[in-house]
Amino acid sequence: MNITLAQYYNDISGSQTGIEATIDGIEMSVPLDPANRHYAEIMRQVEAGELTIADAE
Amino acid sequence: MSKAAELAALIGSQTALSNRNLIINGAMQVAQRGTSSTGSSYQTVDRFFYSASNLDNHALTQTQQAVTDLAGFSNSWRITTTTAESAIAADELVYVAQKIEAQNLQQLAYGTSSAKRVTLSFYVKSSIAGTFSTNLYQVDDNRIVNSEYTISSANTWERKEITYAADQTGVIDNDNGSGFYVTWNLALGSNRKGNAASAWETQNTDNWGGAGTYTDAVITTVNATWEITGIQLEVGDVATPFEHRSFGDELARCQRYFFKFDGTIYGLSYANAYTLANIFNPVKMRASPTYAADTNAGSFTLTSTGKDIGYIITTASGVESNGVINLSGDAEL
Repeated sequence: MNITLAQYYNDISGSQTGIEATIDGIEMSVPLDPANRHYAEIMRQVEAGELTIADAE
Repeated sequence: MSKAAELAALIGSQTALSNRNLIINGAMQVAQRGTSSTGSSYQTVDRFFYSASNLDNHALTQTQQAVTDLAGFSNSWRITTTTAESAIAADELVYVAQKIEAQNLQQLAYGTSSAKRVTLSFYVKSSIAGTFSTNLYQVDDNRIVNSEYTISSANTWERKEITYAADQTGVIDNDNGSGFYVTWNLALGSNRKGNAASAWETQNTDNWGGAGTYTDAVITTVNATWEITGIQLEVGDVATPFEHRSFGDELARCQRYFFKFDGTIYGLSYANAYTLANIFNPVKMRASPTYAADTNAGSFTLTSTGKDIGYIITTASGVESNGVINLSGDAEL
């Protein structure tokens, strides 16, 4: 997967609920679920130092 | 095969007379993402995955292809090389696969003395004749078993049957992760093959393919094609006739892993500050899905709250008429 942008987002109570990411050129909303393949790949790239997830606005 | 022979095969297969096919969408009926793509990974026919590692200049088109020359089947999944790879280097690997959810494979009793063999059958047609490599990859314990098949005549549908050994060592976890990759290899670099045995062993980088000589000409020949349909994986060592399922049945099975709505979701005003709508996934999904949309004119945030539901929300006002068009949810393996 080519992940070019990743940023956490919050729900209306301010709790972190997901990651907005651009994956293979498509904007996606990725849940914080280790069984989700996009989330797993984002975290793999973060651990490998290849990707940084921006804080929520 | 005569009706009597079909019945004998079913009775002798030691497996269920229905729901025996472990493959989803084996007749390539469902293609929610689209019918043609130049990309890799999941792009066209549901549940089928194309992987290419370390290639230099290869380009392809993958399509859900209308079939008119194979009785009983209307669709296939076709790979067409549009730019040929000049040569397959040692570290290069191309395969197509379906990943099967682990909890659907518990009947195989892997890791026990009761482990069962499985038989794979499929129809394949290619512009390239020759011998091709296949494997089953068991994810949880990183184990693999190799096999091969030969296409005798180019551009002709041929049915192939492969029985894989049972694995009394590796355990498939009873969960929603990957259990098997059912794999058809299209190119294997020299560092990617070498397992001479037809028994299960630990998967290393050098045994994704067997030790035979396999053609990679589908990848190294411009306009070469390879297509497949009628895939069945079943318990036992007999390949029974393909179990046709209804489109609706296959669609629902596919939607556990991916769905795409055809239409627009509109939000309603909520608490005088938000525009909000719930999303009800068509079926309980394998995992909490990734949401995306073809168009999101209202700049809604798409939030998945689990395997069943999610919501769209925005703080913008006056966007009730700007919906989320063609929302998709992805919980593929």
